[in-house]
Amino acid sequence: MSLRWLLLMAWRDSRKNRGRLLLFTSSIVLGIAALVAIQSFGYNLQRQIETEAKTLLGADLEIEGRQPVPEHITHLLDSMGATISREISFASMVQFLPQAGTRLVNVRAIEPGFPFYGQLETDPAGAATIFLNQRQALAENTLMLQYKARPGDSIAVGSLHFALAGRLLQVPGQSGIAASVAAPVFIPYSLMQQTGLLQKGSRVSYRIHVKYPQGFDAAFYENTLKPLLDKEELRYDDVEERKQEVGEAYSDMARFLNLTAFIALLLGCIGVASSVHIYAKEKVEMVALLRCLGASGRTGMGIYLVQIALMALAGSALGAVLGTAVQFVLPKVFAGLLPVSVSPALSWAAIGQGIATGLIAALLFALFPLLGIRRVSPLKAIRASYEPVVRDPWRYLAFAGVALFMVAFARMQLGSFKNGLYFTMAIALAFGLLAAFAQLIIWLVRHVLPLGGPFIWRHGLSNLYRPHNQTLILVVTIGLGTALITTLVLSRQLLLNKVKFSSAAATRPNMVIFDIQDTQVEPIQRLSAEQGLPLMGTVPIVTMRLHGINGRTASELKADSTSRRSRGLLNREYRVTYRDTLTDSETLTAGNWHGKVQRPGDSIFISVDQGVASALKLELGDAMVWNVQGALITTYVGSLRKVDYQRVSTNFIVLFPTGVLEAAPKFFVQLTRFENATQSARFQQTMVSQFPNVSIIDLNLVLKTVDDILGKVGFVISFMAFFSIITGLVVLIGSVIISKYQRIQESVLLRTLGASRRHIAGINTVEYLLLGSLAAFTGILMALLASWALATYTFNTIFMPQPLPLLAAFGIITGLTLLIGLLNSREVVSKPPLEILRKEG
Amino acid sequence: MLSVNNLTKIYPSGGRQLTVLDHVSFVVEPGATCAIVGPSGSGKTTLLGLCAGLDRATSGSVVLNGIALDNLGEDERADVRNRHVGFVFQSFNLLSTLTALENVMVPMELRRQNGIRKRAMALLDMVGLTNRHSHYPSQLSGGEQQRVSLARAFANEPQILFADEPTGNLDNETGTTIEQMLFSLNAQQGTTLVLVTHNLELAAQCGRVLHMKGGALVADQIAPPQNPAA
Repeated sequence: MSLRWLLLMAWRDSRKNRGRLLLFTSSIVLGIAALVAIQSFGYNLQRQIETEAKTLLGADLEIEGRQPVPEHITHLLDSMGATISREISFASMVQFLPQAGTRLVNVRAIEPGFPFYGQLETDPAGAATIFLNQRQALAENTLMLQYKARPGDSIAVGSLHFALAGRLLQVPGQSGIAASVAAPVFIPYSLMQQTGLLQKGSRVSYRIHVKYPQGFDAAFYENTLKPLLDKEELRYDDVEERKQEVGEAYSDMARFLNLTAFIALLLGCIGVASSVHIYAKEKVEMVALLRCLGASGRTGMGIYLVQIALMALAGSALGAVLGTAVQFVLPKVFAGLLPVSVSPALSWAAIGQGIATGLIAALLFALFPLLGIRRVSPLKAIRASYEPVVRDPWRYLAFAGVALFMVAFARMQLGSFKNGLYFTMAIALAFGLLAAFAQLIIWLVRHVLPLGGPFIWRHGLSNLYRPHNQTLILVVTIGLGTALITTLVLSRQLLLNKVKFSSAAATRPNMVIFDIQDTQVEPIQRLSAEQGLPLMGTVPIVTMRLHGINGRTASELKADSTSRRSRGLLNREYRVTYRDTLTDSETLTAGNWHGKVQRPGDSIFISVDQGVASALKLELGDAMVWNVQGALITTYVGSLRKVDYQRVSTNFIVLFPTGVLEAAPKFFVQLTRFENATQSARFQQTMVSQFPNVSIIDLNLVLKTVDDILGKVGFVISFMAFFSIITGLVVLIGSVIISKYQRIQESVLLRTLGASRRHIAGINTVEYLLLGSLAAFTGILMALLASWALATYTFNTIFMPQPLPLLAAFGIITGLTLLIGLLNSREVVSKPPLEILRKEG
Repeated sequence: MLSVNNLTKIYPSGGRQLTVLDHVSFVVEPGATCAIVGPSGSGKTTLLGLCAGLDRATSGSVVLNGIALDNLGEDERADVRNRHVGFVFQSFNLLSTLTALENVMVPMELRRQNGIRKRAMALLDMVGLTNRHSHYPSQLSGGEQQRVSLARAFANEPQILFADEPTGNLDNETGTTIEQMLFSLNAQQGTTLVLVTHNLELAAQCGRVLHMKGGALVADQIAPPQNPAA
């Protein structure tokens, strides 16, 4: 049969069904919109990164180390004609005056010139050029808002007071979320020494920002400069690397969001399949008749496949338009997460991909119910047939097609076939669990709840399991959206609680004081005692570098491409401590802990974190030589430990026994506990005044930072998960409208038999209330299960969900379902029966 | 035209075998009119369906216009129906989303003929519905719908016409009109007519009446047609 005739018949048959067909495919609109929005935004972001590449770094090259960059490198850069700007940055306490608020910030002392590309955006504008020439500072905007500071107020950085020249609104290449983790305060480089903050043991980064001269030779960078920087064990970033990092970071997020959008699309496709299933049943007589007249089974199926394809195309196109519009909102959604601002623009690639995805997905899901049309017997045109149900092998193929499509899409996002398969299986499991929950509850409703009771309740309940009911589909679609968002809320709670609980017990510290010099230990201990803060441990820290392992130096190991030991761990500076016992955040996993070296000359057995040992390919008994600020010390791996780094405590990847490092240059960390915010603030203010080089982290700060990050990330994920919920509600609307004729018939019959409008409205209310409750309950149950699994296996924390968010989710979902159901049923309730029958007939 | 030999149809039903037709045999000559009568459940409609190639027999054979239907696949039987068979149904069975004209055109479109529209209009004219060609079935009365169904049945100039209770859903007066039209068109086109009916008066108008009971052919009555339409 010709395609032309199929199109003609599809068109003719659609005359009375266009609205319904559009409704079917409206289920996929939101999923496509979400996909197109994320894809478009991603393309635009890549474009923006390319355009603003240099402003991501603020320079052509950035060189960084823990020591000042050697002079021969700066001389080399000078000789090339490069312009350089030096920077020193480190974490330190600052105090806002006169408010006396203290805060741990990232102090950045910069020379004029930086940034060479882009600018420090400030309020007032121009503050970035003024502050470098005077004793002024720029503080990050949220800091100033937090402490109600204004331009002109003072800020104490170490022993120096600076006037605030302005608020820092944007730093090139830094996202808002990075600023909330390490809020920057800029001061002039020339005044760095005077702050008195550069002390032994301070974690300082020394950077130089480089601007290449005109005509700079890229080969020089590759062949001369890079090898030199590697030899000096300096870290460096050029524009290409930074572009790649930023692009990859967003790509990871985009893949996750695409998968979330894909879930919305899958929900919509399930809605399509369900609607098409009912639609196909209504078309059986027509197909039977066509078969009587001489059409083949394939022809009958072909007519409706063409209809669904055209409507899917329309739905996908509409979704693409909506998605293109939604991407204008995304810059606000991603605010603070990206280091560049994105200008939305039309992306034909994203639109094309979205439409193709929607069309394929809708057709594959619709194929499943449509395949049955092929086998409609022409006998049905005269009477119902006796034919037994025969398994159709093509349905298995259709099912396989759907599974392959899902795997293929997930593979594209996740980069590997295996991950794509796992994702598909996880989705199938989630759908399966939801469906199983729903079936169980429907079974319980049907068999356990009493048949007696008020008329309205009995009829409302029985509507849940009537023939052709949509209960299962609605529970899965609305339930999954509910599960996604509730899991997000619960996970956020989990992470915050984990931080809280790590120091909740009265015996646990909730404040860490670090960068304490030798001579400051006792005065700080006295001050703590005076202010009622208990001493919960004073921990010495010695910095050292790894000189070699088992007779080979770190340089030899790095040069050996077959060694497969972590370069980062071979290069890094280690901060180790010494004690004779293990703490309760450490568990021995191999070997024995030797807490004390009894006599000089005895072998020194250290304990290493098991993850680090694995990365360095260490075994028990291996010899490790350490360079402790010029002195070489040979040690042996005596044990391996598992460390809980998520405690608010001092945790170390390398632990020395006592009797070795007591005489080495060191600084100290003190652990203590505050009971309330006032005590913490008072103590910190005193500390900053008397010991400006000392930094403090308290639990409040950690909680706030974690909450900020989770809030920003969570908002983005919630935004996408919202599409799933709305899709579920669209499927609900579709289901209500599709079943409207059946409901009208029932309503007319009931009203003819004497039921009032109140009865009909009551039955509908009970039905939608139960449907919404069932969907919400199933989704919340799923979320609790997922969150428990996350708590137990991923976050290693206690699962203690708060009831309020769960009740809110339950109430909102149930309420929305009820509202939508009743709005779409009001005609059934309010109009006279005969009028409805005339209109529908 | 139609040769039925030892036709049997058995359905599985509730774990048992249900014999709906039991070794039925008869022959219908070209141009003849034949009625199949019997009480409900006697197998009339099943016999009709098998003769029209709508279903497969459990055993026995059906030869329609020289074509043995038993060995044909579904699509081949559909093709036979399109080329050789016309249908008139009790419930009219018009396609609700097609106009009267489009309904008549469908069999010809399936056969990819030319000049479809003109012929369809001519057929509607034969049944007196020229002015209603653009109306949908919901806009037509029962009798008008059945007339469109008649026009459609003759669209492909079938050799044999099967009618299943063609006046079953019509009032007496309309039913009589339809009957007259059916026999008149049948005579004009020279089609063989096989008619299933409860209506003995209608059956008596046919040249032959087959009586069915309990799935078996219990009587085969040859009689001159009363009130022939020709």
